[in-house]
Amino acid sequence: MFHNSIRAALLAAAVASMTYGIYRGEVPEVLLKAINLCLECIGIG
Amino acid sequence: MVDLKRKLVQLISAVTLNSYAGGFVQGTIYRGPLKQVCVPVLNCYSCPGAVTSCPIGSLQALASGVAFNFSFYVAGIIAMSGVLGGRFSCGWLCPFGLIQDLLYRIPFIKFCLPLWTRYVKYLVAGLFVLVLPAFALDAFGLGTPYFCKWLCPAGTLEAAIPLALLEPGIRGALGALFAWRLTWLFLILLFCLAVRRAFCRVFCPLGAILSLFNHISFFTISRNEQICRHCGQCNEVCYLGPAPAPVVNHPECIRCLKCVKSCPAGALSWNFQGRNKEEGVFYG
Repeated sequence: MFHNSIRAALLAAAVASMTYGIYRGEVPEVLLKAINLCLECIGIG
Repeated sequence: MVDLKRKLVQLISAVTLNSYAGGFVQGTIYRGPLKQVCVPVLNCYSCPGAVTSCPIGSLQALASGVAFNFSFYVAGIIAMSGVLGGRFSCGWLCPFGLIQDLLYRIPFIKFCLPLWTRYVKYLVAGLFVLVLPAFALDAFGLGTPYFCKWLCPAGTLEAAIPLALLEPGIRGALGALFAWRLTWLFLILLFCLAVRRAFCRVFCPLGAILSLFNHISFFTISRNEQICRHCGQCNEVCYLGPAPAPVVNHPECIRCLKCVKSCPAGALSWNFQGRNKEEGVFYG
């Protein structure tokens, strides 16, 4: 039972972290990077 | 049977995550809204077929930009995946994991790595994914995604090679960095022929982060001490063996469940949230 409380708390922290990231506008940055060719990934950058 | 089931899930995952067929025809990448979503597997977002984002690439991209030094959004997704399943996504969903699994089936000299090599991936995650992209900046305050640039074989295999073949413009721009990337990819693939999941074990930063959750995730493997015969069969079949016996939920465990299926005494079982899938026994 103790373990499950820790798990639940960690899951809540993960969701909170994700929500905070969405709130401060990280998602458009992720999208912007992902829809443009990653030059470093290809070996040009 | 469990291995066949896993292969099928891995294949479905690889095809689904790279289902933008038009990219492979036109030599372009998918630019739709699904790219906002990071799926916790190593699958390059510049692969012509990729429909979602790579969490490791996104972590570095945001850290190396001017707006943020760290991505709480991506970290939250990775942590959520870790808390729910530990390294489950490594074993069942990762397309680059599937490539490594298939390579290891090819007859070649096989050997085991010394156990200390597993710690290299934590250095890679810390240095190349978190620290250098955020703090090694150029004159304009911009960083570089060091892991993507120097160490990611998935990017070369899934993005660089297909795009170079499909797009003359890209082909013409390739230089010394691409030559390094090809050499590195060749070495990694060779390494994977000889060592099972060599890249996962030694270099994968996503595996390193997810491994931190293996002991505490909702999805766990339990061993019933009362019926365990200590025969060592679980270690014999362990995917990332030799594991230090008799540890279940070891950080290297990718939840392939071979140990569960091979246990002659039936002492091992997988469970979610402490609840045994077959008997409903609570292990806590």
